[in-house]
Amino acid sequence: MSEILLEVSGLKKYYPIRRGLMNQIRGYVKAVDDISFSVARGETFGLVGESGCGKSTTGRSLLRLIEPTAGEIRFEGEDITRLSLEAMRRRRREMQIVFQDPFSSLDPRNTVARILEEPMRVHGTGDARQRRAAVERLAEVVGLTKAHLQRYPHQFSGGQRQRIGIARALALQPKLIIADEPVSALDVSIQSQVINLMQDLQSEFGLTYIFIAHDLSVVKHICDRVAVMYLGRIVEITSKHKLYESPQHPYTQALLSAVPEPDPNIRKERIILRGEVPSPANAPVGCAFHTRCPRVMEVCRNVRPPLLETADGHFTACHLYVDSAPASQTRN
Amino acid sequence: MKQPVLRIEDLHTHFFTDRGEVPAVDGVDLVVNSGEVLGVVGESGCGKSVTSLSVLKLVPSPPGRIVGGRILLKGKDLVPLGEKEMRGIRGNLVSMIFQEPMTSLNPLFTVGQQIIETVRLHRGMSRKAARAHAVEMLQKVGIPRAEEIVDEYPHQLSGGMRQRVMIAMSISLNPELLIADEPTTALDVTIQAQILDLIRRLNEEQGTAVMLITHDLGVVAEMCHRVAVMYAGKVVEEGSVYDIFNHPLHPYTQGLIQSVPRMNEHRERLYSIPGNVPVLSKDMQGCRFAPRCPHVMEVCMRSLPELIRQEEHHSCRCWLHGSSQEDAV
Repeated sequence: MSEILLEVSGLKKYYPIRRGLMNQIRGYVKAVDDISFSVARGETFGLVGESGCGKSTTGRSLLRLIEPTAGEIRFEGEDITRLSLEAMRRRRREMQIVFQDPFSSLDPRNTVARILEEPMRVHGTGDARQRRAAVERLAEVVGLTKAHLQRYPHQFSGGQRQRIGIARALALQPKLIIADEPVSALDVSIQSQVINLMQDLQSEFGLTYIFIAHDLSVVKHICDRVAVMYLGRIVEITSKHKLYESPQHPYTQALLSAVPEPDPNIRKERIILRGEVPSPANAPVGCAFHTRCPRVMEVCRNVRPPLLETADGHFTACHLYVDSAPASQTRN
Repeated sequence: MKQPVLRIEDLHTHFFTDRGEVPAVDGVDLVVNSGEVLGVVGESGCGKSVTSLSVLKLVPSPPGRIVGGRILLKGKDLVPLGEKEMRGIRGNLVSMIFQEPMTSLNPLFTVGQQIIETVRLHRGMSRKAARAHAVEMLQKVGIPRAEEIVDEYPHQLSGGMRQRVMIAMSISLNPELLIADEPTTALDVTIQAQILDLIRRLNEEQGTAVMLITHDLGVVAEMCHRVAVMYAGKVVEEGSVYDIFNHPLHPYTQGLIQSVPRMNEHRERLYSIPGNVPVLSKDMQGCRFAPRCPHVMEVCMRSLPELIRQEEHHSCRCWLHGSSQEDAV
């Protein structure tokens, strides 16, 4: 893989839980709990996991829409967590976000033309005429017509609104786009239109994507590498081919086996996990997954497993793969 | 021949809005046989949810109204029945679970009270017997600590647990037919697997017939025996799950199946159906899918094809398959 565009190390986002008369801090919700990864220029990096795993909080922390509690975020080598708010605002021209809900992320009182122009106006790009031309070009690249520009968001379908959201993110010619569940609210036939559009734009503009999603089939289709999150932690990172062909972490294995395949001829061996995800306010000691893991060992209840390279380019945080536990090695 | 639990004949449910009459369900025919799982698939606005609400006569009125057709539940037509008679049927013969369990559980009552109320009302059980029954139902749907959960309120439970409670409630009177409207759409994939497993067990062990409404083709492939595909208020194709996935006939079904990314294969590009779902109106002409169809012909714009049987259990509503053009004239 080529040059690193974004490097995240030790990222944490803790929310204090305050209780009682003195508003004392009684604990923390560890929404993101010490995660590290890097994203190469031009790649699509997937962040997957179930609700509450911290994938969206991670996405927002990367843009400092939520201030991280700790950790470094290096964008083109510069640690953006140290930037002043004003400097960060300027930096965000290069890092944009597309949200899940195309219904709530567009201002209902503005026309599409105004919505698309706003980022350019805020960042003072070009004069009015140049911006108008840019808006028309943006509409065209995402498949909207000139006539659409004078309409309001409520006059569009979900798929079209998501196109507007994507066009807005492109307005400042960013290098990185964080797409937070961009297609989950869309119908199947519209979903594939938007996915194809995102892929076309990536090759046209050389974009780098961080693609946050819970739908593993979509992630498999669009991503180059994938990180699987569970309770605020990354449990596995690797190329999508390795992840889907030989998942190592028991959670990843269960997650993949749980996805229903749109093919009645396939009868999958399914790992049905018992119980539910524990609360991030009270995450289990040791490995966060040990309460549901079908292969739990004694060490898992006490020691948090580090994310280690367990095969070439394949990182897993699981005691089954830690060298210091040789007894477990044979189990593979 | 299996006796159908539910037979819907030429159902029309329309909504009367300021902007005119909207035929949300526009002549739907469906059969659910005893012991089977029928999947009803389609995208938003295709009429799948309104069809299921019509069966229970739960379509909000106004603006909605069943304006035509018959809904035969074990041979008895529900359309002319009044609210009082419907109350005896809901829960008893047919019950329903929804996508968002929180909106269908009463937040002011404990889980137990809600089940107990149902069985006391319908079965006239004593309070004690009803409570025991409630606990038994909760255990049956895999709720741990059922003895304690029975006294908890819905907000104390997670999404997956609430959906289990909904299922416990809906099977507490042992209905013949369970209608599940997107039962796992709001749930995470590992919890979805648990709930689908539960619904499948109910179907296999109790023989409860299930009408499963979903947009997720993976769920359909995994759960259903037969599938009806809906588009713009009509059933466009119906067949066994193998027919639908292995040799879909209708261009819409074909497009839908090809649009879905799969885990077991890699494609550079997804197929996508151009355009958008049409806005429903009374004056629609021709095949509803014609404006988006890659095989569109002149006749398609003019005249609506019939749902025609292609093989014993496989029907399709398309001019490419069986409808002769003379029918159109």
